[in-house]
Amino acid sequence: MHFKFTRKSLCIPYAVYLVLFVVAPLLVLIYYAFTNGSGQFTLANFTGFFTDPNALGTLFYSFAVAVVTTMVCLLLAYPIACILAFSRLKAKSAVVMLFVLPMWINFSLRITALKEILNVLEGNLAMYPFFNAVIGMTYDFLPFMILPIYTTVSRLDGALREAAMDLGANEVQTFLRVTLPLSVPGIMSGISMVFLPAMTNYVVLDMLYNSTYIMGSLIGSYFAAYNWNGGSMIALILLGIICLFTLLTDGGEEKTSRGGALL
Amino acid sequence: MKKIWKWGYLGLVLLFIYLPILVLAVYSFTDSTNIGAIRSFSLHNYVTLFTTGELRDMIVGTLLLAIGAAAAATVLGTLGAIGAFYSKEKVSRAISTMNQVPVVNADVVTGFSLCILLVVVMRISKDTFIPLVVGHITLCAPFVYLAVLPKIKQMDSSLYEAALDLGATPLKALMQVVIPQIVPGIVSGFALAVTLSLDDYFIATYTKPATFDTISTYVVNATKGSQTTIKTALWALSTVIFLVVIVVVMGMNLYQAKEAGKGTGLEKGEKK
Repeated sequence: MHFKFTRKSLCIPYAVYLVLFVVAPLLVLIYYAFTNGSGQFTLANFTGFFTDPNALGTLFYSFAVAVVTTMVCLLLAYPIACILAFSRLKAKSAVVMLFVLPMWINFSLRITALKEILNVLEGNLAMYPFFNAVIGMTYDFLPFMILPIYTTVSRLDGALREAAMDLGANEVQTFLRVTLPLSVPGIMSGISMVFLPAMTNYVVLDMLYNSTYIMGSLIGSYFAAYNWNGGSMIALILLGIICLFTLLTDGGEEKTSRGGALL
Repeated sequence: MKKIWKWGYLGLVLLFIYLPILVLAVYSFTDSTNIGAIRSFSLHNYVTLFTTGELRDMIVGTLLLAIGAAAAATVLGTLGAIGAFYSKEKVSRAISTMNQVPVVNADVVTGFSLCILLVVVMRISKDTFIPLVVGHITLCAPFVYLAVLPKIKQMDSSLYEAALDLGATPLKALMQVVIPQIVPGIVSGFALAVTLSLDDYFIATYTKPATFDTISTYVVNATKGSQTTIKTALWALSTVIFLVVIVVVMGMNLYQAKEAGKGTGLEKGEKK
């Protein structure tokens, strides 16, 4: 066969890689989720999850942790992003850097540090499991909320706010009618970077001695028990939530998530 | 007056972010085993960190994995981005969609599904390191792709055609004309890949050999145990990493500031 090298053909290795290691695992996941240990088709994993009060409780707890964490991150991050974006400080970029720098420090070491401090402050970590889960997740994910909002707000045309002021809007009105609506894409992108990890990053809970399960921990426990079918169903349910969420926030294209900041 | 509130607020949040890391850093230079206890100055944590074989292996292993996986991911992702950009729209959209999956997916799901495919279905032993390396390449390559793609869009595509017209082979035109134009994207993609690999816990947990640990898996297991010498040596590790990150981030920023001529380098590379 004669093969002529062109620019297009450069994508072949990556396309093959993606099919093998991104698409194929998902297909295998679907297969395992709808079969039992001996390979027969079954809906038991699916119905099992939605009829098991413990599993539903886990789903609910995950949502609770994720919603509260996302709210806390958003409330903390939004003012920071605005203050930084609107400031005329010369060393602004250095201050912004201070807020996002933790992204590059290994999260398990940062949570270890947080744990030691909380230990001193609270005495017994097990006393405040939900609070600690939220604090831990917030500590872990706050930079991922600050950065996209900061980027969006700092690109806003300052003339729009001035125009609003000139036309008689006060500061609150200008914020509510101009700045806030225009910063929605940044907020959405921040939410999608915080919400899903907060539903699944069960190590944060483990490290802070919170033994309640979130969705990620369920996969972990099925994995530890070599129950591939049960684990696959949980993974599939999570995938469904992720798809829904991606559609809702419409983060899709713009979002580079996680370290996208570094770019 | 308002200014004080604003900067006071920023200061408080910075305190929340940095207090734990800094307290740990201070205590890493003492012989105390608990935060709060006042003890005397000691370097024994750093001695333990750099002389214990187990800790050294774990750090070296994490770094090798990160650099290896990031290098492979950079080659794959860069070539993929160049190829996809010049392909038919259908092809490039298909690649971009597949590329987006690991980006939006939870790492737990990515790691678990790769474990099932490679270890359970294909029966590749985790001890071969193949599942782990594949896992980390899968984690990193999509971000390299996303970092490189905008650079190719910005590039003047007639340069490549000019090189061909002037007699260069496609490969030569690629290496000498296209690649140099997109180096900033490749560099930030690689750096991003390294940090993603270093920070990963979940994919490693589901794909690594039982005897191998990355920093994340090691730390998580160590905090469950009660070995205080290891626990406090990890404080030293945290401090060392903190310092390295500061130096590297400053370096990257200087590099990017040079590339961009000005600015923070933060906004760079994202789609305008």
